[in-house]
Amino acid sequence: MARLIRMDNTGHTTLAEWTQADPASVESAVAALRAELDKGYYAVVNHGEGRAEQVVTLPVDAQLVILRRPIAGG
Amino acid sequence: MSTTLPETAAVHWRPRMDAGRLVLMGWSWTASTLVQVLPMLALAVILILLDPVTIAVGVIMLVHAWAIPELYANRGAKVVKPKPRAGAAAEQTALGLLGDLVDHRARELHARTGLVMERGTLGVWLVGEAGALLVRRRRVHCWCVRVTDPDLPSSDRIAHLLLALRADEQGFATVANLAFSGARWRVRRRLPKTMRSALDEVAGFSPLL
Repeated sequence: MARLIRMDNTGHTTLAEWTQADPASVESAVAALRAELDKGYYAVVNHGEGRAEQVVTLPVDAQLVILRRPIAGG
Repeated sequence: MSTTLPETAAVHWRPRMDAGRLVLMGWSWTASTLVQVLPMLALAVILILLDPVTIAVGVIMLVHAWAIPELYANRGAKVVKPKPRAGAAAEQTALGLLGDLVDHRARELHARTGLVMERGTLGVWLVGEAGALLVRRRRVHCWCVRVTDPDLPSSDRIAHLLLALRADEQGFATVANLAFSGARWRVRRRLPKTMRSALDEVAGFSPLL
């Protein structure tokens, strides 16, 4: 089962889980992702060392989508 | 899908970082340090040779000339120094996620040093909680960059930086502020002892070194 998680003060929180075979779960994950993007989070799919992909829509075939806060120079 | 880090929009006036620009920044940093140190060094030598009365002032100038690059290196090393921890449960959960993002060797290095190693096209990165070291040959670029939420567990702070780095390495270096660029040995001795081995380990990893 694929997961949409948000890094937060608890470590991370699972916001949605979906399988491609279950359109309702996908729809729910899409809505959850949209809501978090609207709050200012960025969604990233990690592809191993050196590679990650910033996404603005739910990649249904991904196993894990991670929401992160913006970064800035200190 | 986007290949450019969205945070670069906040620093739109900065040219996008690349290898050539990094080299230029490194030399600029060295040149500006020399401009500050060399006159002081010359004056120190003159004062020491001039008269026994001025030796003390000359020695003070000599110490100043030595201290300037050391202070800069200390500023650079500070970017990866550990920050206050969140609750134990949150730290543990965040550590689990970070562990899933990196391989065994990086996990082991993080457990020992608190830094995550990531090979990039610009060099080898050592990512900390509020900054990163970019190692290129014998030079280290110290970048001050952090997630905007200071209450996150330490591993989450690292994961934020790591994911941004992986999404767009050049964009990451563009957003980050350069705190120091100089010799690896100079940064190494200013790092907390537990972190020094991370810099040593990088030497065996990069074809750029």
